[in-house]
Amino acid sequence: MQAEQISIFIENKAGRLSDVTGILAQAKINIRALAVADTSDFGVLRLIVNDNAKAEEALKNSGFTVRKTRVVAVKVDDNPGGLHNILNILKNAGINVEYMYAFIQQSGDKAIMIFRFDQTEEAINVLMDKGVTVIDGKTLSTL
Amino acid sequence: MIFNIEYETMPREALESIQLKRLQAVLSHVYATVPFYKKKLDDAGILPGDIRTLKDLQRIPFTTKQDLRDNYPFGMFAVPMENVVRIHASSGTTGQPTVVGYTARDIDTWAELMARALSSAGATRGDIIHNAYGYGLFTGGLGVHYGAEKLGASVIPVSGGNTKRQAIIMRDFKPTILTATPSYTLHLAEAAEEMGISFKDLHFKAGIFGAEPWSEDMREEIEQKLNMDALDIYGLSEVMGPGVSIECREAKKGLHIFEDHFIPEIIHPETGEVLPYGEVGELVFTTITKEAFPIIRYRTRDITKLNPEPCICGRTHVRMDKVSGRSDDMLIIRGVNVFPSQIESVLMQIDGVEPHYQLVVDRIDNLDTLTVRVEVGEQLFSDEVKKLQALESKISKDIKETFGISAKVQLAEPKSIARSEGKATRVIDNRKI
Repeated sequence: MQAEQISIFIENKAGRLSDVTGILAQAKINIRALAVADTSDFGVLRLIVNDNAKAEEALKNSGFTVRKTRVVAVKVDDNPGGLHNILNILKNAGINVEYMYAFIQQSGDKAIMIFRFDQTEEAINVLMDKGVTVIDGKTLSTL
Repeated sequence: MIFNIEYETMPREALESIQLKRLQAVLSHVYATVPFYKKKLDDAGILPGDIRTLKDLQRIPFTTKQDLRDNYPFGMFAVPMENVVRIHASSGTTGQPTVVGYTARDIDTWAELMARALSSAGATRGDIIHNAYGYGLFTGGLGVHYGAEKLGASVIPVSGGNTKRQAIIMRDFKPTILTATPSYTLHLAEAAEEMGISFKDLHFKAGIFGAEPWSEDMREEIEQKLNMDALDIYGLSEVMGPGVSIECREAKKGLHIFEDHFIPEIIHPETGEVLPYGEVGELVFTTITKEAFPIIRYRTRDITKLNPEPCICGRTHVRMDKVSGRSDDMLIIRGVNVFPSQIESVLMQIDGVEPHYQLVVDRIDNLDTLTVRVEVGEQLFSDEVKKLQALESKISKDIKETFGISAKVQLAEPKSIARSEGKATRVIDNRKI
């Protein structure tokens, strides 16, 4: 039930993000979700795209350090308290969220959040036990 | 002021005859006591007795820093340990530092030469010397200290660091001579200024600055900002320590080498050929009075030239120019000797680090800064920023533990470090020296 994210190391300098988006555009890859974590010197760009293998290859060929990361895509009620409900389940199970960000598209009337956990399997089990919908990678890329 | 008129102003001919006598004595001494030199001379087919003129010295092979490392720690000592009263070691090395020893007479010689150096800067018995060179294995602090006492001046052994306390001492004790590295001096001046202590109100007449290369521009800056004469001093532990040569306050043009104790030569760094006076090359030293650690034709890797012209101060000893560079890739960062290869070995001990790195040296607010750029390959990369930051701190901590200097670590994209003809540019030195 895991999904895959592409993580890219980029130096914190002008134009670097657009270099990445340019490479992906050229390879005709669609970006479905993205988040950037940055420090003063460097950043880590996290992407969910429609074709991981193609994206990874295109970026590596251009000299970027790329890594695939296992993440979890979760359906979240799109109303007040929706995200809180999910985080509460995780808190009670003692599972730490490394980071998270929102998927651009909705699935029906639900929002989709991408989570990175330190214990991925446990997190999926706990969430599914509590009736939360976890979307697998394949479904995610066809949304 | 000349401390030892007889020797410092000796006519060249008499000086050279003393040099030859002392050279012959030191060669016999090392041949008999240091297996390294015996082998070296035997291999070259030379006996100490074959050296009949100063020019014959050129027949003897060079000694290098590697030779000292190979004989770590005491293999180059020429007297038994019972006669050694002091041990110093070179700064900033992984693996093997170079270790040097001194007999009681060596310490006395060193004190005399430092007393000469202090006098050359105008110091007398009545002066108070603020000695901000580090005390310890580094020769700077103790070298100046003994010279100051020999001269009869009052020495404040303040050592390096604790800048605020230094500023207060300078204000309250009213020292008249400052001894420190030039970069620390400018840092000290700024810190003092921030505390409302201006060098213009202090009592310094001269400063003796060494242990790292500095420029004429820096002299101008120091003299103007700090209201004192700024003089360059040269030395290295392998030869003795500070006090091998110094500028005179009268001319401030070249550093007089105390030739009654050291024989300098300038060689072509690649061919080893001895170059005539006035030509730029690598400085080579032979010590001719040291007992515990004599050194024969030691390649300093420092680039300079020699000037035999008589000096207005009256000293007859040859002058060397300010050191203009190195014939190897050694960096001097805040007085600490750093070879890029040593940083590399620190990096390579960290899992996943590839040998793609670059050292960027700069001088910011008058202090040397070192930035280590490390390329992030797949092995090192993590999607979690905290792991990458932990990696940065780990590298920085390892460098600090090895060299004692703080380095900023910057993670870089693969291939972002410039490579020319497949070879990476390892060092970018932005300091204007």
